[in-house]
Amino acid sequence: MKYEVLFSGFGGQGIILSAVILGRAAAMYDGKYAVQSQSYGPEARGGASSSTVIISSDPIQYPKVLQPNLYVIMSEAGFLKFGAAAPESALMLVDSGLVQSRPRCRFIEIPATMQAKEVLGKPIVANIVMLGALVSATGMVSFEAMERAVLDSVPKGTEELNIRALNLGRDILQKGGDA
Amino acid sequence: MQGNDACAEGAVAAGCRFFAGYPITPSSEVAEQMARRLPKLGGTFIQMEDELASMAAIIGGAWTGVRSMTATSGPGFSLMMENIGYAAFTETPCVVINIQRGGPSTGQPTMAAQGDMLQARFGSHGDYSVIALAPSTVQEMFNLTVKAFNLADRFRVPAFLMSDEIIGHLRERVEFPDEVECIPPKTIREGMLPFEPEDDLVPGFTPFGKGHRVHVTGLTHNEKGYPASTDPDLHEKLVMRLVEKVERARHEIADYDIVNPEAEIVFISYGAPTRAVRQALLDAPGKSYGHLNLRTVWPFPEGLLKKFTNARVFLVPEMNLGQIAREIQRHVDQPVIPIPRLGGALHVPSYLLKSAEEHE
Repeated sequence: MKYEVLFSGFGGQGIILSAVILGRAAAMYDGKYAVQSQSYGPEARGGASSSTVIISSDPIQYPKVLQPNLYVIMSEAGFLKFGAAAPESALMLVDSGLVQSRPRCRFIEIPATMQAKEVLGKPIVANIVMLGALVSATGMVSFEAMERAVLDSVPKGTEELNIRALNLGRDILQKGGDA
Repeated sequence: MQGNDACAEGAVAAGCRFFAGYPITPSSEVAEQMARRLPKLGGTFIQMEDELASMAAIIGGAWTGVRSMTATSGPGFSLMMENIGYAAFTETPCVVINIQRGGPSTGQPTMAAQGDMLQARFGSHGDYSVIALAPSTVQEMFNLTVKAFNLADRFRVPAFLMSDEIIGHLRERVEFPDEVECIPPKTIREGMLPFEPEDDLVPGFTPFGKGHRVHVTGLTHNEKGYPASTDPDLHEKLVMRLVEKVERARHEIADYDIVNPEAEIVFISYGAPTRAVRQALLDAPGKSYGHLNLRTVWPFPEGLLKKFTNARVFLVPEMNLGQIAREIQRHVDQPVIPIPRLGGALHVPSYLLKSAEEHE
């Protein structure tokens, strides 16, 4: 199975970090191959941001995602730019508090930013909430691999917060998302 | 790990202990990583005022006998050209990392290109020769950086790692060996002059402070290193040696992969487009297209082209308007078809296959 995942949102949400963590979970802790790349412009926080990761059990030659089969969308602008064109066979996770539109493909609403704020008091970890939901929805990497990759990637002192965010994403998903 | 970080790790593993540079997208992570790593290893990191000074500083670093490197992208590479010529003429071993972005001018800072390939070979004035390597994986960002240092020392030339934004910013798994092979430059033999060549046309290296008198100048110089700029024969002999010491070793320097040498339709690529060609070949298992992936671009390993004995056409996808395709065409009678892609997006494998089918 080859997963081609596209993350999109606005700069500052940790869109690129999300893809890095997912790729690290697969390549370092789950025995899979992963390549991660990103597209970005000169703008910093607030601009449209996207990143992609390919995960496969076989070596990956072409490093760019041509047709994502998984989308994680965390802003309306990101939806319009990348999510609106998703094929019907794809699966999309949307941060339902921030994305108003809905795609033609199957989608799961994850109120990640709202829940991160209400439950954890830190909207900044919304991207990790989305990762928890993504891994639970797809099983593309093991939850344990994802935990280890998160711990490798977050600043010292925020480990517990981020693991709680990951678990929160899993719990929201297991309750059926917000659909 | 990201390609640019792997490059810095390769430099550190190769014993590079002096880095002078000026940050520029998409190469800045190389400098950032060197700034984190070198002070802890007793090395020196300097952020210079610009790229002219960066190149000058690493030439100075190299002459103290320390492996020295800088990293930049197109606009900075242009500014380094004057001192790259100085490094070539003074036979200074040094490494320049170029993470290419869209040009000309400041162009596309965050997008990939391969537009500096001829500049790497010919960008400074006068005749000289250099070495340029092109990685297509994050692992090769590490491996070829190590190799660039060894080749720079072996031939006493500037060696370039001509990467691009795609590979520089790509993250994939890398394995670091416990230790890497570091081949120091041969030292000057007793009784030899500092610019007196050995049989391989390369003089033994005598860094400053190592017991030999040595004078370094960008003027045409005799074997002592003293200016002698009005002797036509001396100048011609010197320049010919600087070119020949690299060009006649092109088969020793060549690093490449060959797939299907009996093929009639052959792709030739280097850097990021190699990944697109490899995917295209996987996507078309019924076709037996050939592929030459060049990890060494300069000196151009022209002899490899003869290995494709049945080739009818060479297809050359590059993120420029056919810079290396032009070089390939100099060496073969068959048609060489450039497949240019500008703007920063990598060639799509299906497009490469369509191009190949047009020549069946």
